[in-house]
Amino acid sequence: MRPFAYSKATSEPDAIARGGETATKFLGAGTNLVDLMREGVEVPAALVDVTGLSGSIEETDNGGLMIGAAASNTAVAESAAVRERYPALTRAILSGASAQIRNMATVGGNILQRTRCTYFYDLEGSRCNKRRPGEGCDAIDGFNRGHGILGVSQDCIATHPSDMCVALAAFDALVHLAGPGGRRIVPLADLHRLPGDTPDVETVLAPGELITSVELPAAPVDARSTYRKVRDRASYAFALVSVAAVLRVTDGRIAEVRIALGGVAPKPWRTREAEDALVGATPGETAFVRAADIALSGATTRPGNAFKPELMHRTIVAVLQDLAGASE
Amino acid sequence: MTQPSDKRSVPNADNGLKLNRRTMLAGSAATIAVAALSGAATAEPAPGLSDARDPLVRSPGGLGAARPRRDGPLKVRGEARFAAEHTFPGMVYGALVFSTIARGTIRAIDTEAAQAAPGVVFIMTHENAPQLAPPEPFYSSPTGMAGSSLPVMQDASVHWNGQPVAVVLAATQEEADHAASLVSVAYDAADAVTSFEAATAGAEVAKYAGRDLQYVAGDAEAALAEAAVSVDLEFSTPRQNHNQIEPHAVTVAWQDGILRMHDCTQGVDLSAITIAKVFGIAPSDVHLTAEFVGGGLGGKTLWQYHILAAAAARLAERPVRMTLSREGVYRICGGRAPTRQRIALGAGSDGRLTALIHTGTTVKIAHNAMTEPFIDASEHMYRADAMHLEVRVGTMDMLANTFMRAPGSAVGTFPLETALDELAEKLGIDPVELRIRNEPDKDPTTGKAFSQRAVVEAYREGARRFGWQRRSGKRLGRREGEWLVGTGMASAYYPYKRFPGGAARITLTSDGKALVEVAAAEMGMGTSTATAAVAAERLGLAYEDVDVRYGDNTLPGSLIAAGSQQTAAIGASLTAAHAALVAELAALVPEGAALHGQPAEALTTLDRSLVLAANPAERISFADLLARSGRTSISAEAKAPPPAEAKEWSMHSTGAVFCEVKVNAITGELRISRISGVYDCGRILNEKLAASQFRGGIIMSLSMAMMENTHFDERNGRIMNPSLAAYYMPAHLDVPEIDVAWTGIPDPHAPTGARGIGEIGMNGPSAAVANAIYDATGQRIRDLPITLDKLM
Amino acid sequence: MAISINGQPYDVPKDARVSLLDLLRDTLDRPGTKKGCNQGACGACTVLVDGERILACLALAAQYDGRSVTTIEGLARDDSLHPLQALFVEHDGFQCGYCTPGQIMSAVALREEFERGSPSGVSPDLQASPERSRAEIKERMSGNLCRCGAHNGIIDAIAAYVSEDSL
Repeated sequence: MRPFAYSKATSEPDAIARGGETATKFLGAGTNLVDLMREGVEVPAALVDVTGLSGSIEETDNGGLMIGAAASNTAVAESAAVRERYPALTRAILSGASAQIRNMATVGGNILQRTRCTYFYDLEGSRCNKRRPGEGCDAIDGFNRGHGILGVSQDCIATHPSDMCVALAAFDALVHLAGPGGRRIVPLADLHRLPGDTPDVETVLAPGELITSVELPAAPVDARSTYRKVRDRASYAFALVSVAAVLRVTDGRIAEVRIALGGVAPKPWRTREAEDALVGATPGETAFVRAADIALSGATTRPGNAFKPELMHRTIVAVLQDLAGASE
Repeated sequence: MTQPSDKRSVPNADNGLKLNRRTMLAGSAATIAVAALSGAATAEPAPGLSDARDPLVRSPGGLGAARPRRDGPLKVRGEARFAAEHTFPGMVYGALVFSTIARGTIRAIDTEAAQAAPGVVFIMTHENAPQLAPPEPFYSSPTGMAGSSLPVMQDASVHWNGQPVAVVLAATQEEADHAASLVSVAYDAADAVTSFEAATAGAEVAKYAGRDLQYVAGDAEAALAEAAVSVDLEFSTPRQNHNQIEPHAVTVAWQDGILRMHDCTQGVDLSAITIAKVFGIAPSDVHLTAEFVGGGLGGKTLWQYHILAAAAARLAERPVRMTLSREGVYRICGGRAPTRQRIALGAGSDGRLTALIHTGTTVKIAHNAMTEPFIDASEHMYRADAMHLEVRVGTMDMLANTFMRAPGSAVGTFPLETALDELAEKLGIDPVELRIRNEPDKDPTTGKAFSQRAVVEAYREGARRFGWQRRSGKRLGRREGEWLVGTGMASAYYPYKRFPGGAARITLTSDGKALVEVAAAEMGMGTSTATAAVAAERLGLAYEDVDVRYGDNTLPGSLIAAGSQQTAAIGASLTAAHAALVAELAALVPEGAALHGQPAEALTTLDRSLVLAANPAERISFADLLARSGRTSISAEAKAPPPAEAKEWSMHSTGAVFCEVKVNAITGELRISRISGVYDCGRILNEKLAASQFRGGIIMSLSMAMMENTHFDERNGRIMNPSLAAYYMPAHLDVPEIDVAWTGIPDPHAPTGARGIGEIGMNGPSAAVANAIYDATGQRIRDLPITLDKLM
Repeated sequence: MAISINGQPYDVPKDARVSLLDLLRDTLDRPGTKKGCNQGACGACTVLVDGERILACLALAAQYDGRSVTTIEGLARDDSLHPLQALFVEHDGFQCGYCTPGQIMSAVALREEFERGSPSGVSPDLQASPERSRAEIKERMSGNLCRCGAHNGIIDAIAAYVSEDSL
């Protein structure tokens, strides 16, 4: 690990003032950043520790929740309000990593964690356009079982590994940012960028911009939500595919539905066209299969992940059937 | 039908086994102690061995008791110090730089920036490394302990992707790691063989442990063609890594001409001898200890990092602690080689095998002698009229492959036992019954008599415990909600081994205690606990009064904890040392005392006394003997006799494994819901330790079936998942409660009646899983690991 | 300020790169906390910080200024083992012993998590207090890998520990 300067931000303005320096990064609990620094993939000259900033979970005026970016993943998962009103979020967080890591990891850090593509991690021995733009990607013709099928490009097929973000996307979460240029709010589903020919640019965050909180809008009344994760071992493994879904059925028709996919794309992947096709439909296999078809219509695969469209398709249908069954 | 489900259930003594036996329960594992041998060979002892008449074989006394581990309190307190947890004054930390090409030459290596980095003490490359002899790998000499014979940092050549090309020593680990990242290496790459196809294009019949891996009897292909029923199947198994939770490490210092090493090794003496030869010093100038080893599994041997740490320590004149990063373990400590195998079985309609063909290919490196001997179970498990067994091997440019728990048989039993299941289905015969119909009455390939074999009893007991439903060609799987449930079984097999080199020293002291010293290794099997129990029984002392020292190359013997044979090697060493001690004690008997004039051969030890074997009432206590001869202690050391028993007899451990799996009908996810294993391994020396050994092997085999796979990128020979985050092995939630039991029948020709148990658990479960998956889903998966995409 | 380790204050290392794990093992020569992967994948380095389990390998020591760390060496009182340590010996919850300190520290915190009603990934009802079942224990312990295969004994020991009425 390259030597770096460490400081602890005492307030949000303090963090933003320090975070504007060259080669400076904000540090949450470090569960991903410290690992990447050890691998030499990240080489910041300075770290500004923001774990001392707000980690509170509070009700908003419009019936939602405001979660401080420094809240631990455990704190969010265990929050009584989240368990009751956003159960898919609790389930998503609890399906990720391990208890130890969830106790450490912050909400802000979870959102900004980087892909686990093993070629990305192999600084010395492999090519990666995300690390060194333009040098090529060894994953495309290499081991790509965990890689993406939606939103990927010829330059990068890496996935965003978060479970939490998939659920946040399904709940239309908003990310509150603060930076040298002021404050702004970005929908979580728009925070991460697709790789295109610049896979090194992963989010819309401006230099020095800090995630200060995540806002959950009021949960749809009478909606059901859940999260299902499919992986190569029973626990403590990244998703091959995952689905977060919210479903509200009224008078035998789908009144509202949101579907977000994990493990298949460079970002938490909302399937708005599939959702649109479902609204007004009778819940059931026919509609769910069609929605899954739509959600996966743009999928591209490599030999290692050729199973993912089918696996994702089945998982989407199963999750929607579960929610529809529970709604009856 | 019995559903055993609860592993604590007491086995029913009144069951299908037509044996006079008692059942016992200890800890969470039950023992079937079989008092009368039935069907097992009972023959005259082998020349030079008297084990069949050994009182410990016939009457085990306190052996078998479920004693807790002697090192337990230290380990649970975190006070057991492992290799990287010892310090020397002035010690520095080491880090390695690894090559990124599979073959070629270092054109230039720039260490300037690294030299200038904070804390750096010394950098070693091929340009300043001392002259070193190439290490001796296994099977190249009786004492070879290295993974390969490649010279270590002696020139600019690169032989695998990941080879160490520089060593950095610095004041802290952080400084060493950072400086290592600043070393810049330019290579001239050469053509490398990094694909299995290319490597095996010219594969030849392998030599392994002094013999050809080939056996031909009759015309198996013709017999197969003529068979009433046959199967002819292709299988593959991937690369696997040991992934001991303790990463390889060593702490070394040169002290007054002695190379002092705190190591993690499965063979303290062999590691010391091998590294001594590399440095051209006497083995006695190496003092190597390894009291605690954080998992071995075949992989804790002598690798380049030991040599590099010692060489750099000598040049820098500083003690060095070298802990491999997890990536480093994958780069320079080898794992199991991949295989592709064919099994073809022909049978008459009665199920008797007319043809058994087991052939295939694997890879190794040019500089070792380790070919996966995956035909060994096929050599010894079943009778067949004609056989063709053969392993062909090609070489490739990669890190040295090596021994990993149950080398050969772990990946060889998977296809054999799967093929038998397929054959049973075609024949419409229950798979257990098919195996019983092909149970040989003597060794199928050597023709020797079995020293002891009760696999049929294991089948029957396993079937009973598990609640096996007999089947005749039809799947019995069922559906529970989303889950498809099925059951399957397989046999387990592992050869008996006892390597030469065993020796032990026993010291009796006037306070009534004994010290047993043996240069054995302990990676968690419970070596000292089991050794103390055997020694106490043999000496006639209380278990608590026997202390055991091990894990130090200055102790007697040259043992290695590998091949499930250390227990036998220690057992034979203790027998020999005990005989020597009895002779010493006999010589002390004063005139006029009981036993005076009795030949040593007529004496033994019992109840803290030297006694007349034929009439133990005639005795003199150790305390008396020592007091009357004016001594405070007496010591005897002896070497174990050469392992003649395995030449005389066909000696193998066997077992039966039954399991239930659940396959998710939507996602293909696989769960193991129940498993029972019953083993025939000779005497069990400690029920608690044995149960853990069996379960450990079973879990690793389930893991092999379900998830393990080292991603070797055939484009450049680089391992792409050198991480416990990317190489999966089971988490707690993957592991079911595992029911284990054993016949407990002593082997009359194995020291103390025990054949060794460390590896057999590894063999069988992977096939039982695959067979159960078929029962659940109708799908036959012949390529490991059986990941969910194969089951969707 | 300082980091409290098993009740004793220690200076925060000057080199910000030093992890809590290396502070314990290298600087303070307290190697009871193990380094299995140094990448947050095995759980061998689990320690308690203010009672919660974390991975010391991913924790920069500098971030723990003012916090209270408990390691395996701080668990037993004098000569007697902590009840869970004794249960690990009794149930044979280890072989090589290398993952053991992490398993034990993890399970000490797990009991607290049960007591405060934390759900897990296998809890059927997120609102209800979780059952102390083997499945719940296994899921919650899945961040601690064991390679020797002592899983059954580990879960036996922890099941006994979390079902005890009091310590």
